[in-house]
Amino acid sequence: MSTSGTPISAADVAKVARLARLDIDEAHVVHFAEQLAKVMGHFSDIDALDLSGVGPMTQPFPLVNVLREDVEQPCLDTDEVLAAAPSSDQRRFRVPPIIGLDD
Amino acid sequence: MATIPTTASAIAAAIASKQITAREVIDSYLAQITARETDIHAFNLVTADAARAHADAIDADIAAGRPIGPLAGVPIAFKDNMCTHGIETTCSSKILEGWKPPYDATVVSRLRDAGAVMVGKTNLDEFAMGSSTENSAFGPTRNPLDTSRVPGGSSGGSAAAVAAGFAPVSLGSDTGGSIRQPAALCGVVGVKPTYGLVSRYGLCAYASSLDQIGPFATTVADAALITEAIAGHDVMDSTSIPQPAPALVASVTQGVAGMRIGRVTDLPAGAEPEVIARLNEAFTALEAAGATIVDITLPSLSYALTAYYLIAPAEASSNLARYDGVRYGLRVNAVDTNSMYGATRAAGFGDEVKRRIMLGTYALSAGYYDAYYGKALKVRRLISEDFERAYAQVDVILTPTSPVVAFPFGDKVDDPMAMYLCDIYTIPTNLAGHPAMSVPFGTGAHGLPVGIQVLAPALGEAPMFRVGGALEQAAGGVK
Repeated sequence: MSTSGTPISAADVAKVARLARLDIDEAHVVHFAEQLAKVMGHFSDIDALDLSGVGPMTQPFPLVNVLREDVEQPCLDTDEVLAAAPSSDQRRFRVPPIIGLDD
Repeated sequence: MATIPTTASAIAAAIASKQITAREVIDSYLAQITARETDIHAFNLVTADAARAHADAIDADIAAGRPIGPLAGVPIAFKDNMCTHGIETTCSSKILEGWKPPYDATVVSRLRDAGAVMVGKTNLDEFAMGSSTENSAFGPTRNPLDTSRVPGGSSGGSAAAVAAGFAPVSLGSDTGGSIRQPAALCGVVGVKPTYGLVSRYGLCAYASSLDQIGPFATTVADAALITEAIAGHDVMDSTSIPQPAPALVASVTQGVAGMRIGRVTDLPAGAEPEVIARLNEAFTALEAAGATIVDITLPSLSYALTAYYLIAPAEASSNLARYDGVRYGLRVNAVDTNSMYGATRAAGFGDEVKRRIMLGTYALSAGYYDAYYGKALKVRRLISEDFERAYAQVDVILTPTSPVVAFPFGDKVDDPMAMYLCDIYTIPTNLAGHPAMSVPFGTGAHGLPVGIQVLAPALGEAPMFRVGGALEQAAGGVK
């Protein structure tokens, strides 16, 4: 699939903003679409490369699972952690209803 | 009162030998901050009282004959994306304003254990996304050499703090050049170590396969000293290289006789003529010092910008999902969790962070993953293989750090692509995971500093510092 010829549209930006949980109003959607289209336009340069037979590189160096011995260790102080939260209740993070009035 | 030395090594030696007290040193640096910080805005927070108390404790240890750390009394500033226990850490974002981390980053605790004294938390482009520090939610940092110009970014506050004499050394983080580019623009030394050499535990993540912490300093020797102090395995970071910290300070004065220095014949264009002139002078100086210049090609280098600006935003879109108004930071209340997430993130993030989250989400989304993210990972492999071929012929590679000298405020901030091009020479190193440093080397347009970049293969910090030391020596002779 080619990266060229697929400029990002306002509808794409609106969809991506929804996926990323970013409330963006209509005027800003158009503004961001213009800026991102320009950036994405530059990205078509890699279409010139022959990438057949090239493996993806996700990390600078090969990684393996790093595990420690399963022994008890001190952990963060619960009160201190909860004190930084916007809302807490009964030693738990408190959030609005998962299913809201809009759903 | 004795004169306060300007380097970390000289300060530590003078305090240990009781020529000056830690308190005299910290008071001197805090006075400099008081005098110029209003103009520069290097800091989000100056921890003056804690710094004086820490210095007094060191002086008490010395007076009582108790052992002190190797950096005892050396003032240091931390980029405000490194966690400091109980001390506000904001990433220059409204979404974290007021947050006090419940733990210290490993680099912070290692430097405190060595006796270094924190003077404050420095300003940055929000979540380290930017090349000018103009993306800070708390206002830009100004370049101490010309306050009408940017200090570079994203670690602009840490670079400016050292350039303005607010601290002899500081720490920054470098994902695509965020230590080296501001070091070049502010005329100081900046080092990005090998990926995994320095623990990222407690560094607020931007792009986890690229992020690395490193020092700013006024001398190459100080940069080596601080790299030694923060390097070495940490069980709290699973990508940390399981080796002890290397000895690096001795490399700085070893000279470059017999070394092979790579000159990239297909370097991506765009650098100012004065920058290229300084680069050529750097080659001449190293040749005169006994090195051999070897022409090499890195044909995939020009594609690094595209690979980076797909990979880094993709990782960022995942890493920044944690800022959702639940566990810390800002919350904008709403009727349900989904509305709360959207409203909180819209109010808490600035435009550049939103752009990169959307770019990354787009590159990872169904139908586009192979065309964008998948392709970028393959380009990353090509770039890494280019370097591998080059390092079969040379010990290090020399390029400019930044294509341009410090630019005026507002010059690029509304044109994301123009801003991204600032990173064209620094990005390839991060993709490969290699070390690189910027050393001030003369001046360019408007008499502003030019930085020369030394690139080395993985764990090639020792040869990198040898060349850095030689460039510093030679820089005295250029304009």
